[in-house]
Amino acid sequence: MREPLRTVQLEVNGAAYTVTVPVRKTLADVLREDLQLTGTHVGCEQGVCGACTVWLDGEPVRSCLLLAIQAAGHRVTTVEALGTVDRLHPVQEAFWENHGLQCGFCTPGILMTVVAFLREHPAPSRQQIREALAGHLCRCTGYQNIVRAVEDAARRLQARRT
Amino acid sequence: MKPPVFDYQDPASVEEALELLARHGAAAKVLAGGQSLMPLLNLRLARPEVVVDINRIDALDYLTEESGWLRVGARVRQRRLEREAEVRRMVPLLTEAVRFVGHPQIRNRGTVCGSLAHADPAAELPAVAVAVGARLVARSRSGVREIPAEEFFTGPLTTALRPDELLAEARFPCTGPDWGWAFLEVSNRHGDYALCAVAAGVRAGDGRIQDARLAYAGAGPVPVRLREAEAALVEHSDLEEGIRAASAEARRVLQPDGDLHASSEFRRHLAAVLTARTVRLAWTRARTRSGGAHA
Repeated sequence: MREPLRTVQLEVNGAAYTVTVPVRKTLADVLREDLQLTGTHVGCEQGVCGACTVWLDGEPVRSCLLLAIQAAGHRVTTVEALGTVDRLHPVQEAFWENHGLQCGFCTPGILMTVVAFLREHPAPSRQQIREALAGHLCRCTGYQNIVRAVEDAARRLQARRT
Repeated sequence: MKPPVFDYQDPASVEEALELLARHGAAAKVLAGGQSLMPLLNLRLARPEVVVDINRIDALDYLTEESGWLRVGARVRQRRLEREAEVRRMVPLLTEAVRFVGHPQIRNRGTVCGSLAHADPAAELPAVAVAVGARLVARSRSGVREIPAEEFFTGPLTTALRPDELLAEARFPCTGPDWGWAFLEVSNRHGDYALCAVAAGVRAGDGRIQDARLAYAGAGPVPVRLREAEAALVEHSDLEEGIRAASAEARRVLQPDGDLHASSEFRRHLAAVLTARTVRLAWTRARTRSGGAHA
């Protein structure tokens, strides 16, 4: 079978991109390979590990379980939109200072989940944080410092608001 | 690229989708939320010639009450069940069970009908459908038929849907006033597939259980409703005696497969324990409801 292609316009981090891609190509792969947005990581490619989590219309989803062409007409947000090296997002700062990562492979997906989670739960309990992180696998940290980082991030965001 | 090559169609109307399914039959797969189909494509366990994406069909995005039934269109995401207070009022079991489905990231995209059509025997929503007596609306070019949930699930990942049919809607009966419902699950981590899950409903009256529903996920090739255990709850005027009899019945009748996560014996044990816990919880809720307050 020939490879069916489609040309679509994607809105990623506020910028418009026109891409012609195989219909079967996942959003995760198009972000990384066609748009060079390599902050989104690809782990299991079956929706389990959470490394590829991005926002679709502001809600966290697995970009490995979406076809890129399905994202046309929606707003995609990736970890690149959170902060820059010089100006980290408060959640990124909290991960840095609490040693909430080691190899960093799982981190982009976790950040996308955590920022969205703290929007809905500005003062979460430890149990709520653990449940929020359940959709992410980290093989380095043992999660202790990730939980601490999320607690600290909540405090930082609270302090910003007041 | 992980998925195999396929042709992609994204019709804007139900009629167009049904036309495509009629034309391609078993060579086509319907793509809704993609949380079950996309992993199968990425693993190349599914190799459809045509993927029919129904996400552009706005007409399938409805959640409405009609004549005592909650109607859930095929594009309704699982997350919406959690967020709409009306769902809790109408079918509280759905609200309680849906939190066990994957993770928020999965539920933001996954659909209610998609989970039912995928028919994983360890999945939560099929067990809920069987427990409450949902009806599943299958549409094809040749017409519409309503399939009772208990007849819909025919085997692991297998349903009564024909290849030319689309699961267009799921209908859940709104709970009666004296009913209480509960859903509990044991899994290795929150969000994992259930090792065993139980959905229970009881109707309270005259200080005892008048009617009961019990359905199990992860306990057989399809979600199982246990009428013998339900009968045991109604027969005993003493609640705890009824619960003991129902739990024993669950342990005796269910034949779950063992795997590396849990042996068959352990799953049967879980079924018995969760039967007792869900029935007690459902009973408390039924009495609170019939007493006027809403838990």
